[in-house]
Amino acid sequence: MYELKVDRLRKRFGRRTVFTDISFALRTGQAIAFVGPNGSGKSTLVMTILGYHHAAAGNVSFLSDGQPLDESQVRASASLVSPYLSLYDQLTAEENLKFFGTVSGGQVTGRRINDLLELVGLSGRGDDLVGAYSSGMKQRLKYAVALLGEPDFLFLDEPTSNLDDSGKEIVRQVIDDYRRKSIVIIATNEREEQQFAESICRLGE
Amino acid sequence: MQRASVGLASKALVVFIKDLRLELRSKYGLNTIMMFGITTLAIVSFTLGQSGLPTQLLAALYWIIVFFSATAALSHVFVREEEAGTALTLRLTADPLAVYLGKLAFNLVLLSLMVAIVTPLFFILTDAPTEGVYPFLLILTLGVLGLCSATTLVAAIISKAAVKGALFAVLCFPLLIIPLMMLVSATDKVLAGRALADVAAPVQGLVAFIVAMTTASLMLFKFVWHE
Repeated sequence: MYELKVDRLRKRFGRRTVFTDISFALRTGQAIAFVGPNGSGKSTLVMTILGYHHAAAGNVSFLSDGQPLDESQVRASASLVSPYLSLYDQLTAEENLKFFGTVSGGQVTGRRINDLLELVGLSGRGDDLVGAYSSGMKQRLKYAVALLGEPDFLFLDEPTSNLDDSGKEIVRQVIDDYRRKSIVIIATNEREEQQFAESICRLGE
Repeated sequence: MQRASVGLASKALVVFIKDLRLELRSKYGLNTIMMFGITTLAIVSFTLGQSGLPTQLLAALYWIIVFFSATAALSHVFVREEEAGTALTLRLTADPLAVYLGKLAFNLVLLSLMVAIVTPLFFILTDAPTEGVYPFLLILTLGVLGLCSATTLVAAIISKAAVKGALFAVLCFPLLIIPLMMLVSATDKVLAGRALADVAAPVQGLVAFIVAMTTASLMLFKFVWHE
């Protein structure tokens, strides 16, 4: 059983307070959606929880069976899909998947790569350089990378950006699947994605 | 996928292989370092002529060529990640120590390749004495290790800055001036045909610099990488 506890989290950029007193607790099988207008701090909140931004105050705890996870364990068990992430354009999709799978501490098999490429609708395109992909295909590949290690904490920032209808459907299936077996955090303004979350955290109000 | 079953060495190796693969496909760092090295060497040799150059001048010229070639290309290993937007993905997925070791190994290979090509040309074009080949190789190895241990950390520091190239050279200069003086002194003595025992002091200084710089880099890289 995994848990994510966020306690009175506050973030400032200079004098501007982006968000303040954000608190919630989630356990495996639960999902939360961060909603709010552009610039309200949805992506910043995701990045602060993941430790990429320093919080001005508050605590974030990733727990497994009540025990706090250390930095490397968090890295191995949490995944993020975000418009701010990029993959290597000069590597093929398969090379990207092998690289990120191994560097995050796992052993990636060819079968797993094929399964993931099929899941995100990129079957048969694994040998293509990512630089030759469209923005939607790159977004699909980000999902394949994020799902490589069967994450226990899945962070999705604007999960359907750049995706066509079939891509959006794939993402919604992924969210529906992972909200049952993981903790899912979604930063979005799309109603279709918010409906997967039990709780909503409104920012910028 | 089996989770957390890969050790630090394997993670560092995949970072190294990834950087090598990217380099072989873009050839940016390789072209920069080779062009800089060969161009400066050609200018130096055509300007000064071939014979009778004092070993002190030859040693200084050699390390000027290697130092500026290194500052021209070795920052690329981190700058490339920031410019392509892949640094964030790497920060969120990879152990910082594996990233540092992989990139240090890549810079070592790149600079070694450059000196492997430029050094024979240097001896041919400047007619430098070749008696002390083995001591020279020892000094060269220490020089490559010293330059890479310092420049790899500095490259990570400057990768997010706006004026990367200028900042890289400015930060490298004070860090490397002492080891460069030791390298020039040791190379001068080796080219002059002195015994290895005569270069013991600069060699010890260089070894100390490499150990201190690598240790400091291993301890500090995590903070540099996440800031």
